[in-house]
Amino acid sequence: MSFPLLTATAVLPAIGAIATAAVPAKRRTAAKWLALLVSLGTLALAIVIAVRFDPGGDRYQLTESRSWIAEFGVRYELGVDGIGVALIALTALLMPFIILAGWHDADPLETGSRRWRPTQGFFALILAVEAMVIISFAATDVFLFYIFFEAMLIPMYFLIGGFGDRAHEHGEKAASTQRSYAAVKFLLYNLAGGLIMLAAVIGLYVVAGNFSLQEIAAARANGTLDMATNTERWLFLGFFFAFAVKAPLWPLHTWLPNAMGEATAPVAVLITAVVDKVGTFAMLRFCLQLFPEASKWATPAILVLALISIVYGALLAVGQRDMKRLIAYASISHFGFIIMGIFAMTSQGQSGATLYMVNHGISTAALLLVAGFLITRRGSRLIADYGGVQKVAPVLAGTFLIGGLATLSLPGLAPFVSEFLVLVGTFTRYPVIGIIATFGIVLAALYVLVLYQRTMTGPVKPEVATMPDLRVREIAVVAPLVVLLVFLGVYPKPLTDIVNPAVEKTMSDVQKKDPQPEVEAAK
Amino acid sequence: MSASAVHSLWTTAADPISKIDTPKIEYGQLSPTLIVVGAAIIGVLIEAVVPRRSRYHVQVFLAAVALVASFAAVVALAAGGYATTKSGIVAMGAIAVDGPALFLQGTILLAALVGLFTFAERRLDPEAHGNRVDSFAAQAASVPGSDSEKAAVKAGFTTTEVFPLLMFAVAGMLVFPAANDLLTLFIALEVFSLPLYLMCALARRKRLMSQEAAVKYFLLGAFASAFTLFGIALLYGYAGSVSYATIAQVVDGTVPDVTPALADTMGNDALLLIGAAMIVMGLLFKVGAVPFHMWTPDVYQGAPTPVTGFMAAATKVAAFGALLRILYVVLPGLRWDWRPVMWGVAIVTMLGGAIVAITQTDIKRLLAYSSIAHAGFILAGVIAATPDGVSSVLFYLAAYSFVTIGAFAVVTLVRDAGGEATHLSKWAGLGRRSPLVAAVFAVFLLAFAGIPLTSGFAGKFAVFKAAAEGGAAPLVVVGVISSAIAAFFYIRVIVLMFFSEPTPEGPTVAVPSPLTTTAIGVGVAVTLVLGVAPQYFLDLANRAGVFVR
Repeated sequence: MSFPLLTATAVLPAIGAIATAAVPAKRRTAAKWLALLVSLGTLALAIVIAVRFDPGGDRYQLTESRSWIAEFGVRYELGVDGIGVALIALTALLMPFIILAGWHDADPLETGSRRWRPTQGFFALILAVEAMVIISFAATDVFLFYIFFEAMLIPMYFLIGGFGDRAHEHGEKAASTQRSYAAVKFLLYNLAGGLIMLAAVIGLYVVAGNFSLQEIAAARANGTLDMATNTERWLFLGFFFAFAVKAPLWPLHTWLPNAMGEATAPVAVLITAVVDKVGTFAMLRFCLQLFPEASKWATPAILVLALISIVYGALLAVGQRDMKRLIAYASISHFGFIIMGIFAMTSQGQSGATLYMVNHGISTAALLLVAGFLITRRGSRLIADYGGVQKVAPVLAGTFLIGGLATLSLPGLAPFVSEFLVLVGTFTRYPVIGIIATFGIVLAALYVLVLYQRTMTGPVKPEVATMPDLRVREIAVVAPLVVLLVFLGVYPKPLTDIVNPAVEKTMSDVQKKDPQPEVEAAK
Repeated sequence: MSASAVHSLWTTAADPISKIDTPKIEYGQLSPTLIVVGAAIIGVLIEAVVPRRSRYHVQVFLAAVALVASFAAVVALAAGGYATTKSGIVAMGAIAVDGPALFLQGTILLAALVGLFTFAERRLDPEAHGNRVDSFAAQAASVPGSDSEKAAVKAGFTTTEVFPLLMFAVAGMLVFPAANDLLTLFIALEVFSLPLYLMCALARRKRLMSQEAAVKYFLLGAFASAFTLFGIALLYGYAGSVSYATIAQVVDGTVPDVTPALADTMGNDALLLIGAAMIVMGLLFKVGAVPFHMWTPDVYQGAPTPVTGFMAAATKVAAFGALLRILYVVLPGLRWDWRPVMWGVAIVTMLGGAIVAITQTDIKRLLAYSSIAHAGFILAGVIAATPDGVSSVLFYLAAYSFVTIGAFAVVTLVRDAGGEATHLSKWAGLGRRSPLVAAVFAVFLLAFAGIPLTSGFAGKFAVFKAAAEGGAAPLVVVGVISSAIAAFFYIRVIVLMFFSEPTPEGPTVAVPSPLTTTAIGVGVAVTLVLGVAPQYFLDLANRAGVFVR
């Protein structure tokens, strides 16, 4: 058996998490550097995965298979397709920036007991989340996926509830209450989704007798495993519900603004750019492959919900007074696009959706991290507390603008490509929905530009006047992200090359062909 | 007048005395129970003979050695094939030695050993007049607050009788799931219940509450026992025998020979249904299933915490073992009658336990309601009525016992001036003050909540899978819904510990002796091992899943 590359990529951050947690209380800085090094090491492994992956080869590559819990028919099975590679790469890529951006977020304010080590805990939890997310992207065993899909809630929960913005407009006491409210809301929503999925996972086992994605999908395809229509629909709904909570899809989205608003900016990036992607990824990988017929059956309803997400998220983003909540609602709108792309059942739509996952991760990270730097400087999340920042901190304002423009999908920046593909893919099959979704872009322009205008332009507010510009550490965080946004906007080929073959295969699972162009059909 | 003449005066056609066989007792196969009973009796003698100052050490040593020896005997029997190929009925049909019995006995013994460590803990309470004290009353007979109590405390008395009591309880529990006739079942029930009632009354602090709990437990327990006994009588009337196998045969209609004297009542379904219902009721009481759960919160709260932990874990194991045997060995022919009823009980137990737990403000009461909800989950596995159902229940019980004992052991550590600080508000900010203890407790709570990578998840998955395969899919749906509800209050405790500001006059975390540390350490280790690599233990439970009849 060859070197278990996927396992190594997940185990490295897991060991890093334990090691970071074990760093003595006084050596905070050492813990930070350790976490950063581990995340860079993971990135290196992820790059090796991307290089080793052959887009024209087998569907699942770098596969690993070991027996685990034979009693439940569970195997430790890993394997990646192009979609998985893209998302593992995204995860590993963002982690060093998240850690670097959160460098001072968990420095202890007050001294608790001698053993109270918030800094070590913060970075250990981030690495633990990374390990679990990578396993989720690589798992080809439904049970294995489920375990880590659920388990990652716990470190996320502590990250949201345990660490918040330093300054808060209503004081530390209120902040702490709101934080734990947000953390509990996050956990309960996701746990409820996960438990519903558990029932469906058990149901799947009763029907199929094992948990191997490849075996079940193959058996479905060649007709040896026949599911009753109703059974398939119920199981699909059980899975989809969990993923829709995670993604999040309207009307299950309400935990996201709370969680992102109360968490520190790097943790918010972790939620929206990394963890939530597991939800949309799982729709592509598990819902479509395991339950193709039910997916087609549910498509109209899901498209409508996605459309509502797009428009509703964008409208609410326009009305937000709080910067982080604004970005959260913008993300809900974007997740609507991703889900729409997946369920449009066209190859453009699905590759667009996969690209969208990656690009949304990078663009949101850029925008949100800069917003985080801004909030740390001023000590407020309210848009109204800012004004004229571009005169005092031009670099900060400039990167903020680029992040914002990426969020509104300006041509030339990465998200444009994916949003365009999603819209084209949807339009060819569902023109009306495609047209309405376009309004989401218009609204995106509105909320991003209004945000920029209110905070960065205009007369310099006195509280902002002494604001320092981005420091070296902060530039090191933002600059690579900006470069990536431009690069992938101009030259998305490396990404599409990896993603497209995987999407083709998913399309063949649901036995959908792209609609033929009208002109050709007329001949 | 000769003896035989007197005999012939009073009786007619008496059987010759030679017809009664010499009882054949398989001492080897009964050794786990015999060792524990022997240790219990020696423990009583120690109370009479050994000087007071060395009793504690002798008792703890004796109990530990007996439990370990008994566990070794169980392992030896299992290794000798008595769990599978050589399983059979021993002691004149009174005891079954088979896979489920040995598995449950092993679980009970390990739980008792870990429980013994928490019983023996003497570092948590501050020393009273220079004497180290444990969680138990100085002198159980002295009235709370009286002069005699003060004198007993001053003299440094401790109730070392708890150790023999514990051993008697364990002995009863060992027999309970292995009982193969209804009378043995009843005797085992009483043998383990009476010491438990007593131990519940022995708390050193909050003695009135403890005694109140004991009285409640005793009264309700006596009712339940009476029901069971009445049920046994009715079943005897129905089948003409107390033996499990014979009753099962009568239920199936395959009985070989009918005693003429009993032919009238035999096979009367009314007797069968009412009798079976009453026996099952008594067992559901011990399990703590709704609607027979009323005692649980009060008793869990009032009893000394080590007793609560032991009771919550071991009683459940023993009672579910007995319930399984009754339903699977005696009443499989009645499956279509008991399954709908048990469906109802399981549903209200899962939902009731989870919903009522939300409003609790005392950690011990909260864990009590959580144990009710867990009883519901286990019932879902019982209802499966398949071999998988048995093995999943066995696994769940093993996983659950260690989480429970560990969790209650942590509760004993968190203290303020009045002893254990069990009110939830006092746990605020514990994570800041003692991150390690809070983290350990969080692990137990997550296991209770059934989060993946803990034993709770593996167990929950096993029983739900068995239930789904056994055709009880709606139970699984109710199960996941109540898990979601239950998750809320476990999470609430975690929020309290980690995200709330510590109160200034909050409790301190006592530094325990290696005994409690071991108990908690074993709890955490088992929780994680069964969560990450449950395969070996699932296999074990699977191989142990066949009842002898």
